[in-house]
Amino acid sequence: MTATGMSESIWPVYTRGLWRENPVFVMQLGMCPTLAVSNSVINSLSMGLATLAVLVASSALVSLMRNVIPKQVRIATYIVIIATFVTVVDYALQAISLDIHKALGAFIQLIVVNCIILGRAEAFASKNSVVRAITDAAGMGLGFTFALICLGAVRELLGNGSLLGFDVFGPQFEPWAIMILPPGGFFVLGAWLLVFAWFKERSARTAARKEPSHAG
Amino acid sequence: MPDDSITYILLNSCIINNFVLSAFLGICPFLGVSGRFETASRMGLAVTFVMIVSSLCAYALNLVLVSMEMEFLRLICYIAVIASSVQLVEMVLKRYSPALFRALGIFLPLITTNCAILGLVLFQTFKGYNLVQCLAYAIGAGAGFTLALAIMSGLREQLALHDVPSMARGAGLTLMVAGILSLAFMGFAGLGN
Repeated sequence: MTATGMSESIWPVYTRGLWRENPVFVMQLGMCPTLAVSNSVINSLSMGLATLAVLVASSALVSLMRNVIPKQVRIATYIVIIATFVTVVDYALQAISLDIHKALGAFIQLIVVNCIILGRAEAFASKNSVVRAITDAAGMGLGFTFALICLGAVRELLGNGSLLGFDVFGPQFEPWAIMILPPGGFFVLGAWLLVFAWFKERSARTAARKEPSHAG
Repeated sequence: MPDDSITYILLNSCIINNFVLSAFLGICPFLGVSGRFETASRMGLAVTFVMIVSSLCAYALNLVLVSMEMEFLRLICYIAVIASSVQLVEMVLKRYSPALFRALGIFLPLITTNCAILGLVLFQTFKGYNLVQCLAYAIGAGAGFTLALAIMSGLREQLALHDVPSMARGAGLTLMVAGILSLAFMGFAGLGN
């Protein structure tokens, strides 16, 4: 697989995580941080980027060490690798912006148990070359960030009347406070999943209508 | 009631700030294992068990780390403690209660990546709880997790009998129901003050 890995096009590996196998909307992985920190765009963005950094770094290291790690202890090794990078990102974020670090709280450290990262390490990075592993991790990480921003934008807009901290609706707007509280997270993610399911169903219907031979 | 009394900690972690419905911890098993009441309540039981064991181990470990001034190793040590206490629980169950061990099956090893457990040990460290408070916090959190899973699985068993539009089947509807449940639990805010 490694020999042919380089000659194959790397583009589908990258775009897969962004859309077709989006970790949040399609595979429904890493729901806890998705729901917990997406109450504003800036929180979503920083959480997404922190996860992206951990994902890329640990995928690269797992891929580099894939022939050294004994099969029996691989999961434990992956978790220790991930925990190391999470600690690095935790301290780095603390140095960059203390406010964001406080807003995200324990959820930065909880990146360790984000199933996306362990999932990519086990399913992809441990079987592929470093370049492909990094590409896959970047795609998945950006897809995760994209999903978080989708949620954060809706919740901040409805719950606070602002976007990225700028006022959108003016002073008359009565904030829909429930949207930035915990129930809002469930409602907005549920609504996004319904929209995606509706799109999928509609495109399946049009495809079936275009090719009636395949419909039955 | 003072913030650090045992009753308040129990009440707080179980109902007021329910781990699943208001702190968003352990959403994966909440969505994944809540299809049937049987499995959901068993999963809740296993998680409570692991929570109590790893909470006590993490408390002891944190004392050692602080005395050696190596707090930066906290995360790695905690995750190792959780993984090994899951293993321990697995071994004990296999030896003394093979029936329960078989009933839990694959859910047992998966508890390692349940963020409710790592969340619990991180929060108890941030809050600086002592040993008894840690125990109360772990029991309350476990009970709250079990409660949320049990309610959700009851609702989903009912939902399965109804005619739902095909696009809403699956995670979308489950999340909507969870939102309403979370809304209901918000009513407990301010309890115990």
